[in-house]
Amino acid sequence: MKRLAAALVSLAAFLVAWKVLTVLTGTPDYILPAPEVVGARAVRAIGSGILWEHTAVTLSEILLGFALGAASAIGVGVALGKSVVVERVLSPYIVAAQSVPILALAPLLDIWFGGGLLARVLICALIVFFPIAIATMVGIRSADPLLAEMLRSLGASPSQLTARLEIPSALPVIFGGLRVGVTLAVIGAVVAEWAGASTGLGVLINIANQGLFDTPLMFVALATLAVIGISLHSLVVVAERRLVLR
Amino acid sequence: MTIEATVQTGGVTMPAGLPVRLSAVRVSFPTAGEPLEALRGLTLDIPAGSLTVVIGPNGCGKSTLLRVIAGLVAPTSGSVALDDEGVPRAGDGRVGLAFQQPRLVPWLTVLDNVALPLTFKLVSRLPLVAVRPGSKTTDVARTFPHRTPADVARTLAREALDRVGLAEAAGVRPAQLSGGMAQRAGLARALITDPPVLLLDEPFSALDALTREGFDGELQRLWMDQPRTVVLVTHSVGEAVRMADRIVVMTARPGSVARVIPVDLPRPRPAASQATAAIDAEVRAALAEVHPAELSSWTDR
Repeated sequence: MKRLAAALVSLAAFLVAWKVLTVLTGTPDYILPAPEVVGARAVRAIGSGILWEHTAVTLSEILLGFALGAASAIGVGVALGKSVVVERVLSPYIVAAQSVPILALAPLLDIWFGGGLLARVLICALIVFFPIAIATMVGIRSADPLLAEMLRSLGASPSQLTARLEIPSALPVIFGGLRVGVTLAVIGAVVAEWAGASTGLGVLINIANQGLFDTPLMFVALATLAVIGISLHSLVVVAERRLVLR
Repeated sequence: MTIEATVQTGGVTMPAGLPVRLSAVRVSFPTAGEPLEALRGLTLDIPAGSLTVVIGPNGCGKSTLLRVIAGLVAPTSGSVALDDEGVPRAGDGRVGLAFQQPRLVPWLTVLDNVALPLTFKLVSRLPLVAVRPGSKTTDVARTFPHRTPADVARTLAREALDRVGLAEAAGVRPAQLSGGMAQRAGLARALITDPPVLLLDEPFSALDALTREGFDGELQRLWMDQPRTVVLVTHSVGEAVRMADRIVVMTARPGSVARVIPVDLPRPRPAASQATAAIDAEVRAALAEVHPAELSSWTDR
């Protein structure tokens, strides 16, 4: 309850500061709309169904991209953590993929994978991959060698050692990567939509900004993305609290 | 699915302990500079069912010796065999290990920690046969109809905890245990598969003197109730004399056997008697002979 109250107080303070800024500067709505203007626009967007239509697409891209990126990153991270050879072979490619700006890669992936949901999910997964894979690798290597020796003496096979010791040991670090990854997934979905899509919150931002000059709608889309990011991050935190021993 | 499960030892009756034979064992570890030689030319016969105590200064290779016997470290040269059946393999079920730090998995309950060795083995759905050392298969085979391997592992883990007096702590996590309780849990885990060879690497050295003496007594009781080959590493001459059938005195690194001193005294042994004092003096003399610089640290114990 205290946490919720703190969050509500923080939100209220943010809205008040925003309102004061618009009043003091007298900025027109097409540059910085007041919070109540954005609120009214949100109600209309929800009522017309346009907001949900775009949100559903973006949310599915984020969830699928995050799931794919996180699952493959954890798998690859385990392999990187357990084998120096695998690390030597794969690391250059992983770092190269991370070093190339996703904005530059997105159009290419869009062409390769047909410009549909698959392409956008892959772009999302790609941006999620790196922090989780590296976190998993570091976590796997942080397993207590004395415990590992103990479990080997008890008859643990390499896969049992991974399942019973290395992954549980790595969980706090993996969750660090998942926290970063889930917020990057939101960015990945928007970038993917900008590379070529007809629906999604990224598309809605473009339409509101360049087509309709509807700045309040743009703010609605941005706020929706923020809510999605905060919600998913909170879910990861809840999962972390349940799974990681403190 | 109905699973009829028992503890597996291949259906073969285990003897009351296995002999351990080490012949000209040399172990060296690679380092950035010269290889570190932990053991050199170590030859030792440990009779089946004996309680052998290994004593020596820090860094003389006592723990390495136990790891070699457990199959965790392969000798660089020389050979080690349990019951003439060749090189031991880590986790082959013939050896139980307990360390100075109990090394319990922090996110598992005490019960699940103790059940771990069985959890690792009971993945097969084939019927398994429980055999205790020194008994015939038919005498001790225990079946658990309609039980899953996990149930069986937990049942046996409860029994193992009961044997070391820790039944009430089954559901707690290791962080909630005192040092002594954690050591008991480590011992229960080492004993759960009834290994014919039990290796103890200074398991009670972190405990206070009184608790330690109590543990020594309990260990002897467990060993006398159910004989097996026990190898105990210690720094304490008193503990060695109290516990051992034979005391193996090791040289400084690279470790080898300096002397084997038989201790032919009835059990339980009094803390101080003429006979124990004579053995005590003999062990200290042997230690002083092989590494006089270390003598002062031994005279205090």
